[in-house]
Amino acid sequence: MSAVVIAGILVIALNAYVLLGGADFGGGVWDLLARGPRKGAQREFVAHAIGPVWEANHVWLILVLVLLFTCFPAAFTRLAVTLNLPLTGVLLGIVLRGSAFAFRGYGGDRDVVQRRWGRVFAIASLVTPILLGVTVGAIASGQLGEGGSGKGEGYFASYVATWLTPFTVCVGLFTLACFAFLAAVYLTLEVPAGPLREDFRARALAAGLVVILLAGLSLLLAQSGAPRMEAGLTLSRWAVSFHVATGAAAVTALTALWTRRFALARIAAAAQVSLIVWGWAWSQYPYVVPPDLTIAASASPRATLRLVLGALVVGAAVLFPSLFYLFRVFKSSDAVRNASS
Amino acid sequence: MSDLVAARLQMGMSLAFHIVFAVIGIAMPVLMVVAEQRWQRTREPVYLDLARRWARGTAILFAVGAVSGTVLSFELGLLWPGFMRFAGPIIGMPFSLEGFAFFTEAIFLGIYLYGWERVSERAHRCAGIMVALSGALSGIFVVIANAWMNTPTGFDIVDGQAVNVRPLAAMANPATIPQVVHMTLAAYAATGFGVAGIHAALILRGRSAGFHRHALAIALLVGAPTAILLPLSGHYLTTHVARHQPAKFAAMEALFETQARAPMTLGGWPDVEARRTRFGIEVPSLLSWLAHNDPNAVVRGLDSIPRADWPNVPVIHWSFQLMVGLGTYLAVVGVWAVWLLRKKAPLEQRRRFLRAVAIGTPMGFLAIEAGWIVTELGRQPWVIYGVMRTADAVTPVPGQLFRTGVFTLIYVFLAAVVTVLLSRQIIRSPMHTGEHRSPLG
Repeated sequence: MSAVVIAGILVIALNAYVLLGGADFGGGVWDLLARGPRKGAQREFVAHAIGPVWEANHVWLILVLVLLFTCFPAAFTRLAVTLNLPLTGVLLGIVLRGSAFAFRGYGGDRDVVQRRWGRVFAIASLVTPILLGVTVGAIASGQLGEGGSGKGEGYFASYVATWLTPFTVCVGLFTLACFAFLAAVYLTLEVPAGPLREDFRARALAAGLVVILLAGLSLLLAQSGAPRMEAGLTLSRWAVSFHVATGAAAVTALTALWTRRFALARIAAAAQVSLIVWGWAWSQYPYVVPPDLTIAASASPRATLRLVLGALVVGAAVLFPSLFYLFRVFKSSDAVRNASS
Repeated sequence: MSDLVAARLQMGMSLAFHIVFAVIGIAMPVLMVVAEQRWQRTREPVYLDLARRWARGTAILFAVGAVSGTVLSFELGLLWPGFMRFAGPIIGMPFSLEGFAFFTEAIFLGIYLYGWERVSERAHRCAGIMVALSGALSGIFVVIANAWMNTPTGFDIVDGQAVNVRPLAAMANPATIPQVVHMTLAAYAATGFGVAGIHAALILRGRSAGFHRHALAIALLVGAPTAILLPLSGHYLTTHVARHQPAKFAAMEALFETQARAPMTLGGWPDVEARRTRFGIEVPSLLSWLAHNDPNAVVRGLDSIPRADWPNVPVIHWSFQLMVGLGTYLAVVGVWAVWLLRKKAPLEQRRRFLRAVAIGTPMGFLAIEAGWIVTELGRQPWVIYGVMRTADAVTPVPGQLFRTGVFTLIYVFLAAVVTVLLSRQIIRSPMHTGEHRSPLG
């Protein structure tokens, strides 16, 4: 029982990482794609929005990792071995992105320096979400058995073929699109009303359409790429309501963007992406890493799980008020208005 | 090079890189908070300037520390899946707690760095205190996990599987207290002296004495008392190692023969083939006395350990001696500093003292690196002492050497960039007394 609860908390933490850390990655994408007469201002507001919160947002991923290896060590080691390469890529991306962002912020005002670090930051923001999505796609595909894919011997079959498929790449791009969509939607609320806000509104609308396209393509490719998940997402009893809810959220987000109700758009976009995370998690329940590692099969002894649950309760009691304070200081409408003035 | 060696190299390098930033992340917030407190009490702009400059430096270092720490949490699995699979349930607990402490640290650092104009003065100072507290806590939790690798407790082994897992007993393993005390003090001493040394060097070069004098005083306030305590905590830890990790202790002291009235060997070249230490200065009975509080006590030498289980004796002996030497230097300078501070002597005019402090700039960090080499290499060939060999923990994925090469390049590059940026932030300080940027600039 406690294993299932902790698995649920893992998904919550992952969901938080997607909504918060994901948007920070997405901000990097818009830094890279900054265009037009307000290019500089776009970049400035991206940096401004990420600055105070990115390190806290990033810790959600560490929480996911730590919970995974403490509570589901068999699953953690399986992923670390079979997804060794893409996870190393994620790691490189995180290192370069984080340090480039700090270096840009504190590296002096010379344009050359700014641009060079900005470029590193933006490219790492583009590659890392794709690789994160690829690892998720690989997990969902149910190919990560003991000793690689089981399709053959050799390095490629064991450590590459499992995660490099049309389906996983599509999930990678889909993840990137989701992150960029979230970032653009959030940014409409962080910039002053006017042309800059229109810039991000246009970007949010475009990214939202790409998200829908790639969602459809992922589902199509899942038929051969991730049959178990595909079956869960199309055949099960709750599948219809899940799709209806996600579709409704997507339509609401786009409509709200179109009619410039940005606060509503933010809620709808966050709901849409969260539903996708939970849809994935739900479709592979009770597996942590299909095809064989279920929650029960990979869980730590009960003594560990109970203690971790206790620590989570105490930790949350410290964490949530602190997070609330952080976001109130920097993200409340007053704070944003002060910053824009 | 085998994948095992490549993996060890990569892990060692990542740890050696991260520890510098982790240590600064623990201690720098204390310096910032002290400076800010003095600003709020005295309203002398120099203190606000200091707090802000230090905060900007900390922001860079913390970011690099955070990402290099993330690298480590991934690498635990990417390089050592065998270890994590066994140890995760037993010792994952302090890592989880560290996650929360680090979370708190990141949140309040965000408020501290970006909130100067957003929150009240009191809230800002409290945010700084939270950063300092949670930074110290996260360091403590990580050291607890390491202590468990040295003296594993909290589980039984049946058929190669860990059963009857007791995570709290694992956290309360024998090495926890001595290691935590020694490492936490070392973090403050190394950072305190690192900062003090930079400012001392700048005073010697004729930079504005007013600014740097205040910086020096605050840095010494943190660095000197902790440096004075370090020999005591080090002695406590060493006697603990003598009792619980005999192979590591024998290698540290280059003691090949088990003997009563064992001598302490200063310097010397441990000749592993001949099983004796050449050219060292031996102080009779001192080792027995230090290790067991009795000059006649028997001290276990390497001959009591199977040859295959010996760690690298010369490296460990020399690293240990280096750490003790550097630590002793800082402790002596620390006593000198406390004496001068108590006399309220004008530090900026004591050129000999300033030179001594300036020379000490890198010493604390070097001592920490040397100390961790002793801790980690001294445990080999075990990853969990007496329970799991490092060779059995390593990943089956081939090609580790390539990855090690890539990470080496990145670390070298990051270290270079950080050095350049910090020298801009801190060394380009006001040239003359009284020249400060506007208090809020």
